[in-house]
Parts: sequence; structure tokens; C-alpha cells
Amino acid sequence: MHDPRGQFESVRAMAATLTRTDEVCLLNFLGEDSDFVRLSRGRMRQAGHVLHSELRVCLIRDRRQTQGACTLTHDLTHNRSRLEKLFSELRLQLDFVHDDPYLLYATAVCSTEDNRHFDLPDSEHALTEILAAADGLDLVGLWANGTLYRGFANSLGQTNWFSTGSFHLDSSCHVDNGQSVKLGYAGQAWQSEDLRRAVGRVREHLEVLYRPPKALAPGRYRAFLAPQALGEILGLAGWGGFSLKSLRTQHTPLIKLMRHEKALHPSVTLVEEHARGLNPQFTSSGFPKPHAVCLIESGRSVDCLADQRSAAEFGIALNAETETPMSLVMESGRLPMSSDLLEELETGLYISNLWYCNFSDRHDCRVTATTRFACFWVEGGTLQAPITTMRMDETLYHLLGDGLAGLTAERQLIIDPGTYEWRSTTSMLLSGALIDGLTFTM
Amino acid sequence: MNSPLPELFADTMPPVDYWSLRWTESEEQIIQVRQNVLEPTLRRLRSGAFITVLEGEGAGYGATCDLSREGLRTAALEAREWARASAPRALFEAQNLPRVDWRGVYTAARPWQSDVLADLIAALMETARKIKCHERIVDWQASVRLRHTRTVLCTSLGGKIEQEWTDLIPELVAVASNGVDTQRRSFGADCGRQGGLEQLEKLGFFSLPARIAEEALLLLEAPNCPAARMDLLLLPGQMILQLHESIGHPIELDRILGDERNYAGGSFVTLDMFGHYRYGSELLNVTFDPACPEQFASYAFDDEGSAAERQYLIRAGILERPLGGHASQTRARIAGVACTRAEHWHRPPIDRMGNLNIEPGMSPIEALVRGIEHGIMMDTNRSWSIDDQRNKFQFGCECGWVIKDGEVKGLVKNPNYRGTSATFWRNLRAVGDAGTWRVMGLSTCGKGEPNQTIHVGHAVPACVFRDVDVFSNA
Repeated sequence: MHDPRGQFESVRAMAATLTRTDEVCLLNFLGEDSDFVRLSRGRMRQAGHVLHSELRVCLIRDRRQTQGACTLTHDLTHNRSRLEKLFSELRLQLDFVHDDPYLLYATAVCSTEDNRHFDLPDSEHALTEILAAADGLDLVGLWANGTLYRGFANSLGQTNWFSTGSFHLDSSCHVDNGQSVKLGYAGQAWQSEDLRRAVGRVREHLEVLYRPPKALAPGRYRAFLAPQALGEILGLAGWGGFSLKSLRTQHTPLIKLMRHEKALHPSVTLVEEHARGLNPQFTSSGFPKPHAVCLIESGRSVDCLADQRSAAEFGIALNAETETPMSLVMESGRLPMSSDLLEELETGLYISNLWYCNFSDRHDCRVTATTRFACFWVEGGTLQAPITTMRMDETLYHLLGDGLAGLTAERQLIIDPGTYEWRSTTSMLLSGALIDGLTFTM
Repeated sequence: MNSPLPELFADTMPPVDYWSLRWTESEEQIIQVRQNVLEPTLRRLRSGAFITVLEGEGAGYGATCDLSREGLRTAALEAREWARASAPRALFEAQNLPRVDWRGVYTAARPWQSDVLADLIAALMETARKIKCHERIVDWQASVRLRHTRTVLCTSLGGKIEQEWTDLIPELVAVASNGVDTQRRSFGADCGRQGGLEQLEKLGFFSLPARIAEEALLLLEAPNCPAARMDLLLLPGQMILQLHESIGHPIELDRILGDERNYAGGSFVTLDMFGHYRYGSELLNVTFDPACPEQFASYAFDDEGSAAERQYLIRAGILERPLGGHASQTRARIAGVACTRAEHWHRPPIDRMGNLNIEPGMSPIEALVRGIEHGIMMDTNRSWSIDDQRNKFQFGCECGWVIKDGEVKGLVKNPNYRGTSATFWRNLRAVGDAGTWRVMGLSTCGKGEPNQTIHVGHAVPACVFRDVDVFSNA
């Protein structure tokens, strides 16, 4: 019987017996119990289940620390043997590592318990519904469904526990001319009607996607970036952009914003809302996260994200687990979000998704990316045709600055479907953005 | 390392048509010095089993880090359930998957001992201090990641394949700033390779810190890269990325078959191109070489048990074979290579690159430069972006040098270039000789659903491309 909480308590007790009186021990438990079913051409490609749990150990003596990790079993003897080996190796390393000037961990005991409510479907049943609803479509993607667990404990007596569960269909439907549209459905309780509505929207888009694609010349176009597309750009900007360490070492891509040499449009406000996110509210060093950190307010830089090491190095309060946003929230704008939006766009590009964002000039936060999934040419306020792939190249200071014509009132919750090593718990709540003069180079 | 006995697993297995168990165990050690401060040393021990069951027309898997008898049996039952559930809705019949009844061994391990770590820390501290040679160096680091991996694949047909290797990734970084501009030079993130600590000396790791710091400082004062169509000389530090993104990914067979269209993307390459499509000029020769000594992804068998051997993928510019393992080859009815690999125990094997190399040509570096009237030389990737069909790309490098009338002139910063894969390689005008050829490797190749990061090897010479759109943007 899989019992992650029991497994955590068991290894916490073992670690307590292995920690010597002159040592402090910090433990982080990560667990996952997920079904993964890969889909291709409307059929199942690879289907299976992953049971994964790992214990991360930080062993501290005076000002020295070493870190380690090991996967766990459900056999007490196996786990005991692994922890003994890990503790022994970490203790050996404590003898020759140096005092760490940036050692920082919570000493005020603050235990918490956070079990999120979920009611997950049986995966086989859900897939039967998905494949039936998408009958006749060339569906490609991944079904992920299961539970995630995070635990923290230290030898000072603190224990924090977090559990959540979710399902995520991250997929796309493709047509013969190379065009495609995303089909996503995620949640914590299955609703067949929500799935059917999502598939219905995809079938509507497919009617336009079957039209001959329009090839546009490079140049500047009025364009609407749907929340998912904007999320790609903000995801890149957040790669070091809001990091205190990157600011102090002068290679944040948002350095001109942070030095107040440039500003974004006054309608742009971005907040890292820890409390709203899908992550635990404690850090791996045992600190509670603040409710929120305002990063940009009315177009101007306000604060950075400071993780444990930066907080110690630069002498400010820790306010994040990592210096990359994990629960980014954008203040909503005033633009409508459906057919009225196309009238606002009038003539230009409707960009549902962008792909492979990277910097073409990091110092000026100039970003390049290509269009992907359901991008359309719009004329007279109506979708005319899909477009062939185009490459965008533009600075954030134009995209969300002097080129920003408006943000939508309606925001979309974008849950990261990423599954590198573990299922991601990153999310964004974003508006779409209407932009005057978005540059395309090829 | 202690492997679970296959026999222990065999008697817990429910009756099925075929099963395999791939056990993977790794020990990893990361040592990093940033700004002359030793970061917390990190040691990571990972082990688990990936069990595949084939039953009827279905295939399923159960992956678990619970290596107790009960844990393995539970995973096997999960795999059988998924095999049964997928059978009526499977993309292809399970008989297309390999059934291994052979045995084999591969060993390339040079395990490090914990008593060398104190010396390594001292060496990295000294290396970091050498990077900080000027007040304008505002951030710097030196690090080494060591890994020891062992896998055992055993099957219901008595097959057993044991493989073991050690590998390492060194890295040096210098960030320079004058208050107005910030520039970065680095070494090593693209130099992963099999072996042990002796590789640091072979790579010249400890002699490089002064050079990367000096180049970062010089970049602050350098002019921006000019913008024009011109000849482009790519050194191995950028050739590796050019090969990876615009040859490696487009010829992955699972992408061509459509499995990756929702995530990593499709390909402009189609099945009917193999055997006659002109991918590049006659100077282009690309091989899959799993036996290249010390290269990052050398192995004798892929993770489904297929025996790996060297093959030409592109010969004299003509596309011959895809990067596709047994299942993809059977689906596509085309010969590929043994390249079905998994990140670790918890992910299913899919088509990956392995060691993908460009064979050296005849031109020494001096001749490559001499042959350019008006051009630019670039090194070390900094930015990469390519469309989902792996065609329209834009890449940026840490540094460039103007070439005028056959001579290298001044350093330039912020060099970028763009092109399309389908035509770029046809403009390959010269290929560097063995003296320019470097064995390199990346650890960050991402692909697959669920996502997987894997290490790949690339050995590349310096190459010259004609008539490329070069620009700075800054």
C-alpha cells in the first residue's frame, strides 16, 4: 500500500537517529504517484505508471553544510541502509568542505499541514472519454494523472507537509496541411462536460485551419498574443529576469527595467502570488513563503525574488524558493476576450502560441520565438486563414511597453504541463495582449 | 553498486507474453565554486526499475523506485494492466517492440574515490580565483559534475545486458560588466564526456580560466557584430549546437512519425526523403557512432537492448538513415540505428541522438580563414531558437571575430545569425580537418512526453557556410 505520509514520517524518524547532537539536519521529501499515457494519431503510444519518492538531506555542522539525496523504497530495512550510506558520505564531506558564509535555514519552528482537495478520475475511464470525444481527430499529446507530495522536516522539530493531485491532458490536434491547435484540459475533479466543450472549441478552430495557410512577408504587424503566447515570453523573461542574484551581478535580462532606465506600460503589474499557486507554502530551508511578492507595479520594477542563498549573500529577507517565478499573476486589463477582441484587432495576427523563446539581445530583453499552434491572419475582425510559421523578434519594452495597445479583462490560468523529472507545479494567471507593431524577421 | 537479482524479480512476475526489467542506478557528485565560495556539495543516489509488459497487442509499463519484492510486483501488475488497457487502442502492435534473448556487457567506468574530492575542491577554488582577475568580473564560477551510472536490462527470454560508465561535465563561467554592458564567456557546458577526473586535464580545464576572463573583459569594449549577408566560420563551440538542432532533431524518426508533434515538434524531413534527399553539400558527412572513445553517449546497446553500431546518416550530403530505434524502424519500414534511450529508471525509452558526429574534412583552420574574403567567425552558443519543424532557426554566440581578406581581425560582441535548415547545410563550403575536430557533449537535450533530459555526444570540426544572414540586434 502506497503511503507517502507514512514513508516520510518513517525516514524522518530514521534521520533523527542518524543526526548527531552537534549536527543540524534538514530533510525534504518529494513524492509522485502518476499515470502517464502518451497519445499519437488518436491512439495510445506509451502507457504506464510511475511511483517515485526521494529524500533530500542537508547535513550541517557549525557553519559547514553538505547536501545529498536518495530514492526511497517502502522497505524499512532498505531505506535505513540507504540513509546510513548517505549520512556517512555527507559526514565525510563535512570534514573537508569550507565554512559557508551563505548558510541560512529556519530556526523558528513553524509546522504546517496542507492537503489540497482533489477527486481524480480513473485514467482508463478518462481516456475512453477523451478518445471518444476526439474521434476522427489526429490527437497527439500526454495524459498525466496522479498525486504529488512534498514534505520538510528539520532536527529542530519542524514538520511541513503538502499534498495535491491533478490530471492534465496536454495535447494538440493536427490537420494534413501542417496546421494544428492545442487541446488542453486540466483540473482536480473530472467534468465530462468541460472536456466536451474543450473538444468543441478545437473543432471550431479546425474549420479555419483547413483553409490554405497564408504566407506573410517579414515586417511589423498588429498582433494579439493570447495568454499562452504571452506566457512563453514571460517564462523566458523570468529566466533570471526577476532574480536578485542576477540583478546584483548585472546580467538580468530586465536590467534596464530594474535600474529604472526603462519602464513597461502603466497597465502592466506582475506579482509572484505564492499563496495562489500550486506549490507548497514552505521553502526547502524551512521558511514560510510570503503571501505575494510584487515584481512590477504599473510598469515599474518593484522587487526581486530572493532565494535562501541570495537572501544570505545580500542580507535581505528570503521571499521565494527559487528566483524564477512559479506562480506569476498579471493584473487584468480592459480588452474583451472573444469575438469583440477580433474587432479590436481588426487587421493583423492572432497568435495562440509561441515556441522556443530565447534572447536575441539579453541586455535589452529582446526575444525571438516562432509561431506555433492555431495562429491566424485576421481581417475585418474575422479569422481569415492560418499563417505559415513566422519568427518574431522584439524587445519586451516594446511588447509590454510603448507597443502595448491593451490587456484583456479575462485572464487564463496556465498550468505548466512540464514533466521533467517530476510533474511541474508552476502556473501563471495571465491576460492576452494586443500589440501595435510586432516585428517578424522571417 | 548492488543490482537487484533478476531472478528475484522473475519469480514475482505475473504470467504475461513477455516482460523486461531495466534497472538503473546512479551516483552523482556536484562541486561548484561561485565567487570564491564553495557552494554546498551535492551527492545524489538514485535507483529504480522500469518494467515493460507485452501482452497480446498491448504494451504497458510500471516504473518504481521501490525495489522491494512487493514494490517490483506492484509495478509489474501496473504494467500488465496498462498493456491490457492499451491493446484495443494501441498506436501499433506490441510485436513491433524488441524481445531480447541475448546477453551483453559494456563498461567505461573510471569511478572516483571520495578522498579525491578535497583536492578537487582546492583545485576549483584556485581556478575560480584565477577567473576573478579584474574588478569588472562581476560573477564567476567553476564546477564539476561527476556521475557513475549502471544499468541492467533483463528479460523473460533470458536476455541480460549490463552497462556501466562514468561521465563528467566541467564548467567555467566569467561574467564581466562595465556598468553599461554585461558580457559572458564560458567553457565546458558543451564538453561532457565519459571517463573520470583525468578528463579535466585532457580538456585543459585548469589552464582556461584566465582566457575566458580576458575574453569576457575584451567583449565589453568590442564593437557589435556587423549586420550583412556574409560567410560564416563556426568553431566547434557553435557547430555542436548547429548540428544538434538542425540535423539531429529533424532526423529523429519518432518526430518524423508524428509522436512529438505536441511537444518537441515534427520535422521538415519526411520518410520519402531517405536515400536521395540532398541535406547538405557534398562535404557533409554525418555519422551515428556509439563506439567513439570517451564520447558522452557511447554504449554497446540502447535501452531496449538493440546492439549499437556506427552508421552513416548523411553521406556526401545525401540523407541515408534516420535516428530511430527498433520500434520506429518497424513502424516506418526503414533502417535506423540503436538509439532508443531513457533519461533514468522512471521514463520510457524513446528515439534520441546518442553520439551524432560530423566527420572531419581536409582543411586546416588557417585554410578555412584564408578562404574567406568577408565573413565572421563565431564560437560558444549563447542563444538558440528553431521552429517546431526544425527549419527556421536563429542562433546567437558568446563571441565573434571579423574575417577580412583571409585574416582574422577584431573581436565583436552579440553575434547572431539566422537561416533555414533545409538550405543552410547546402551552403557548407569547407569542413575543417581533424585538427579542428573536437569531441564534445551536451547534458540538456529535452524531449518526450513525459519529458526527459538526456546527454548526447557530438564530435564536430570547424565549418564554413556561404551567404549567411548575420546580425547583432543590439
